Amino acid sequence: MKKLQFSEICKSFGSVVANDNISLSLDEGEILSLLGENGAGKTTLMNILFGHYVSDKGFIEVEGKKLAPGSTRASLDAGIGMVHQHFTLADNLTVLENIILGTEPLTRFWSQKKQAYIKLQELSERFGLLINPDARIADLTVGEKQRVEIIKALYRDASILILDEPTAVLTPQESEHLFKVLKGMVKAGLSIMFISHKLNEILEISDRIVVLRHGKLVGEVATKNASKESLAEMMVGRKVTRPAYEKLKKGKAVVELNDVSLNAKEGSTSLSNINLTIHEKEIIGLAGVAGNGQAGLASILQGLASPSSGELKLFGERLNKYGPSYLTESGVARIPEDRTNEGVIGEMEIWENFLGEELRSKSKSGFFIDKKQAVSSAEKLIKEYDIRCEGPHASTRLLSGGNIQKLILARSLSNNPRFIIANKPARGLDEGAISFVQQQIVNAKTKGAGVLLISEDLDEIFELSDRIAVIFDGKIQGPFDSNKVNINQVGLMMSGEMKQNSIYEN
Amino acid sequence: MMELFEMMLTTGLWASVIRIATPLIFATLGELICERAGVLNLGIEGIMTIGAMAGWIWVYQGGDLWGGIVFAAIVGMIFGFLHSLLVVYLGVSQHVSGIGITLLASSISYYAYTLLIPFSTTPPKIVPFSVFEIPILSSIPVIGQALFHQSALTYLSYILVGVTFFVLHKMPIGLTIRMAGENPVANEAQGINVLLIRTGAVMAGSALMAIGGAFLTMSAFDAFYFGMINGRGWICVALVIFASWKPGKAFLGAILFALFEALQIRAQLIGADVIPYQIFSMMPYFLSILAMMLVARKATYPKALLIPFRQGDRI
Repeated sequence: MKKLQFSEICKSFGSVVANDNISLSLDEGEILSLLGENGAGKTTLMNILFGHYVSDKGFIEVEGKKLAPGSTRASLDAGIGMVHQHFTLADNLTVLENIILGTEPLTRFWSQKKQAYIKLQELSERFGLLINPDARIADLTVGEKQRVEIIKALYRDASILILDEPTAVLTPQESEHLFKVLKGMVKAGLSIMFISHKLNEILEISDRIVVLRHGKLVGEVATKNASKESLAEMMVGRKVTRPAYEKLKKGKAVVELNDVSLNAKEGSTSLSNINLTIHEKEIIGLAGVAGNGQAGLASILQGLASPSSGELKLFGERLNKYGPSYLTESGVARIPEDRTNEGVIGEMEIWENFLGEELRSKSKSGFFIDKKQAVSSAEKLIKEYDIRCEGPHASTRLLSGGNIQKLILARSLSNNPRFIIANKPARGLDEGAISFVQQQIVNAKTKGAGVLLISEDLDEIFELSDRIAVIFDGKIQGPFDSNKVNINQVGLMMSGEMKQNSIYEN
Repeated sequence: MMELFEMMLTTGLWASVIRIATPLIFATLGELICERAGVLNLGIEGIMTIGAMAGWIWVYQGGDLWGGIVFAAIVGMIFGFLHSLLVVYLGVSQHVSGIGITLLASSISYYAYTLLIPFSTTPPKIVPFSVFEIPILSSIPVIGQALFHQSALTYLSYILVGVTFFVLHKMPIGLTIRMAGENPVANEAQGINVLLIRTGAVMAGSALMAIGGAFLTMSAFDAFYFGMINGRGWICVALVIFASWKPGKAFLGAILFALFEALQIRAQLIGADVIPYQIFSMMPYFLSILAMMLVARKATYPKALLIPFRQGDRI
């Protein structure tokens, strides 16, 4: 008997079909990976499983018994546990409180925390998920928070565990630990469904892989018969080519940071004594777990903040004047992290967003906007960068993430910048858009720009960078030539467990 | 300075501190429960007004005192329900709805009062809750008489501080209430109905606010006046922040504010010839602002306060 069986699930929202006749099953004691790009229908399927949505057609069975649609309670009672991508934890409450939420009848007079304590200890020892039950969630690291989420599911005696993009926020070492834990759980009799779009992981962890594309189930393979290339092709629907790496002779320094420090506002990490030089024709990859000072560094390089101390040289000259418009005018291109809020103004039309960064240089007699010229140059860029839209007058808000990113690339790269600060440029995009964005960055490098590529995705960093630096707790290690470090060492530096001199002196 | 110090040691001062604090304790606890569930209830001022009116009218029409308290609580709950309907179910701005509730409830109170009570220059009075002494405890020097020579409503407010703490921090239902104010999605992921929890908390909190108002007409002034709540509700909103959403601290905050108030009334008597009395009436508010600046800067708000939750809002 199947542990969990989806049968002919259909769900549409208006005219959009999110799930089209999906049937799949989970066997006892296996790890099944659900692979698909953003918008392929993975999340909708899980929301149906958890009763947040009711499917238009089809049903779900757990161990042969039909699951009541539209009821979260029913799914939990059937022994399904979910580890959401965005944790459903409360920062101001303790680990124990977060875990026992909803496990006791609300009419109970006195919360039985002592028993909960014992059960929690037992579970965490049995599965190697160590956690302090009295810690406040806000004081935990991301990896620990995830541990709490997993224990939360186990605490409810879940026999089916569903993990939605669990490694998106973890360092490579934390991921490795997670995989070990998951394999232990499967041995103990649990069945696991693993949702991801990272091919390496899926190949490592799962027994079987199903692939979703545009709401349809397009393939099912045993992991031993799958390869990275075949999976990528199934997921995207065509062959995906990644930009080829080419080492160029690096030129003059475009950006020099000498002992730059930044006292950050509350809630973000301060920078201390950053030394980093970026040259023409090179890409420096900055690896690090989010929240270790990347935001501060990016805001300095975009002219949004000035360092508290230290010296910043831009194109060989000491920079005394900050401000984003000054930097853009002198040849800095910015690909901001939060593309929808920081990168574009959604309510404005596409041509207006193109104009945003060069309002002064493209206006008539410095006073009026030359609309005709602006619209026609927008049209040209839309064609050149293949932005899928109705035209320059379409509202920017309606573009997909990938097309917004293309708009930003077109705006900042068409002026042949000398320095590009690219903050997680491929995050959240689908495979096709990722390869486009990466290719554009590589092309800019070939044309002579220096690039600082901030990313959490180590595969991306290693594929594109000439040199790799690691940021942890506001301090930078490296940069190292990318062929002289490996992913493991970078991972250790990202979690602060390895110091650079143990690799080599730079 | 000596004079002030001596005054601090008199039972009379502390007795009036407790009398001033009692309605604040009720209403602050009420607001605290609402905000713990993620709902700011600015209807507090109006709900206190209508509680004061409802309790008083019940007794004036011949009802019994405790019946008046229950009636006030029920009326408070009705307005709490109206507020939840708007902010919890419809997701209207909590500020706007709260102020609307305050205006509506106060106006209805005055309207009902003018309709039901014939005009007279001296407002009619009722026989209020009587004072009774708690043996042994009341013989503690200075504070014994102040704390335990009061009316039953004051004792009820002490008890409610403990009850509120117990419910919020020891009972499973309290955990779900706090979770509704911190991360409602976590509640939903456990199959708990956030909207129901929030509505229940707002109604319970509003009942306490109304009882706080009723204390004024049924234990302190014995009559209903126009404008009698006089900003007490707003003070309670500040007290909740001062208390970092903790019932015990809310009690202390109410006492502290009441102490400022009692001192300024006495200072007016002493210094009225030299300094205009308005300066003294201003002092409690001024000192509260100072206290807030010291304490509330580091306050950690319930994370989901003011944020409407819609079922199926996904993660």
